[in-house]
Amino acid sequence: MKLVTFAGPPATGKTSVMTRILKVFMRDGNKVGACKFDCLQTEDDKIYKEAGIPSAKGLSSELCPDHYYITNIQTVYDWGRKENLDYLFTESAGLCNRCSPYIKNVLSVCVIDQLSGIRAPRKIGPLLKLADIIIITKGDIVSQAEREVFMRRVETSNPKALILPVNGLTGQGVSEVASVIRKMAMEREIEHETLRFPMPMALCSYCLGETKIGKEYQIGNVKHIRI
Amino acid sequence: MLTIPLLQLEKEYPYLPYYLDDFEVIWNKEKSFSENLEKLPESFYEQRKMSRKDVEKEFVIYIQSASQCLSEEICSVESITIIPGVGKDGTKESFDPITICKGQMIAIVGETGSGKSRLLEDIEWQAQNDTPTQRTILIDGKTKEEWRETGSRRRSIAQLSQNMNFVLDMNVEEFLRLHAECFVHQEDAETLVEKVYQIAVSLAGETFDKKTAVTSLSGGQSRALMIADCAYLSKAPIVLIDEIENAGIDRRKAMDLLTGNDKIVLIATHDPILSLMAPKRIVIRNGRIDKILHRDAREEAVLLLAEKKDRELMTLRNAIRRGEHVSIMEV
Repeated sequence: MKLVTFAGPPATGKTSVMTRILKVFMRDGNKVGACKFDCLQTEDDKIYKEAGIPSAKGLSSELCPDHYYITNIQTVYDWGRKENLDYLFTESAGLCNRCSPYIKNVLSVCVIDQLSGIRAPRKIGPLLKLADIIIITKGDIVSQAEREVFMRRVETSNPKALILPVNGLTGQGVSEVASVIRKMAMEREIEHETLRFPMPMALCSYCLGETKIGKEYQIGNVKHIRI
Repeated sequence: MLTIPLLQLEKEYPYLPYYLDDFEVIWNKEKSFSENLEKLPESFYEQRKMSRKDVEKEFVIYIQSASQCLSEEICSVESITIIPGVGKDGTKESFDPITICKGQMIAIVGETGSGKSRLLEDIEWQAQNDTPTQRTILIDGKTKEEWRETGSRRRSIAQLSQNMNFVLDMNVEEFLRLHAECFVHQEDAETLVEKVYQIAVSLAGETFDKKTAVTSLSGGQSRALMIADCAYLSKAPIVLIDEIENAGIDRRKAMDLLTGNDKIVLIATHDPILSLMAPKRIVIRNGRIDKILHRDAREEAVLLLAEKKDRELMTLRNAIRRGEHVSIMEV
């Protein structure tokens, strides 16, 4: 089974791009599945169901979503194995722009949209910079100049990645992404693999459920703003 | 690279801060990357599961690949060839392959929904018998695979359409500068920005200030700016235009501008003047390229007449814009 992780800021079109790619694989006779990691709630499993794609979902709710993700990725991987999948896609939102769910040696795809603004490539951080493939969506509604500037910004943020524009609504560009994923994804066990970027260290009183404001309530790994 | 002070390195590689930002480290820019690394606590490496050597290695790779990707030249395109496929009902297209060369413009006409945009998509995608139309598009006589080996296909195509808008929160000048600096050095950007701005104004038919936010330009002004920008700033040698006629811009000037810059221009349109401006036009019916019409001497006369009428209407429009009473003399 080939695992591919998708990540990107909320509402960039991850689910619709993934569904379209998975449909291409299905059409070619591959068995595919998807798992969505989210925080509070997601309806995306219905979208997968409608497309006939077996899916799992995990909600982190009160926990740090990225920690939740990495804790459970092995279970999801095993599920995909049991289902006899050829391709398993996982999807998670880059929830704090600092995190990235990418694992070394596992194909990592970042989905960002053209509307997120010209400064976005710099702001997104490791989520963008450590991806192998970057998909840019919603390019069809902005000017050529903005597309070119955005592309440049993405390239300087991550010069190693393959950058592909995709239209999530019409599916334009999807078959190209599918053929690239087919070439790049590898069969690989994920146990003992390492994250490409460490997750945030969460060891303060608020991690433990503290809700009050003020120095006296803060313990552990705390960072203070410098103004 | 590792031993040059960061401040100095930044002059040569202006995107360096993007990379450094991610370390969550306060960099001493007077010192080199390696010197900075020396000062970092063990926990920095521990957290990353990387040695100092690894971090240094990644840094060098980043700088090399970033400068490589910025200096990448966009290759010029001499011609595009369209090889027949099938229509919506599966009937074969029966035209001889069409080749469009550098500096040429071709119009695509047909009823709404007939498949004009589909043809543009085939070109954008460089179809290889892998789209619903089963057409094949060759660039410089090469298939997609062959062409890819020589250069980056994505950046060789610029697209303009009625649905495209500016979304950036910037004024015209800032916007043009931003785009220009993607391709040229800061010093050269200024003259280019001024040139593109002047041309955009002349295309729009009415002046607008350089300090206008791009998002508040009128439909005509923003189309004019997009075309001027496309002609001079965008490096893409192929321009695909999907219906821009209602914008009230100087169409003749716009097309001359694009083709004059050695671009290959394909324009899907319902506009009689734009259609006749092209020496050749592709007629699409039910998804199929039905025929290719060559503009003859009689049509050239029609074009002149249509342009004359159009100018008269323009005069009328301007007079009304200026708040004047108009008389039959002006029409």
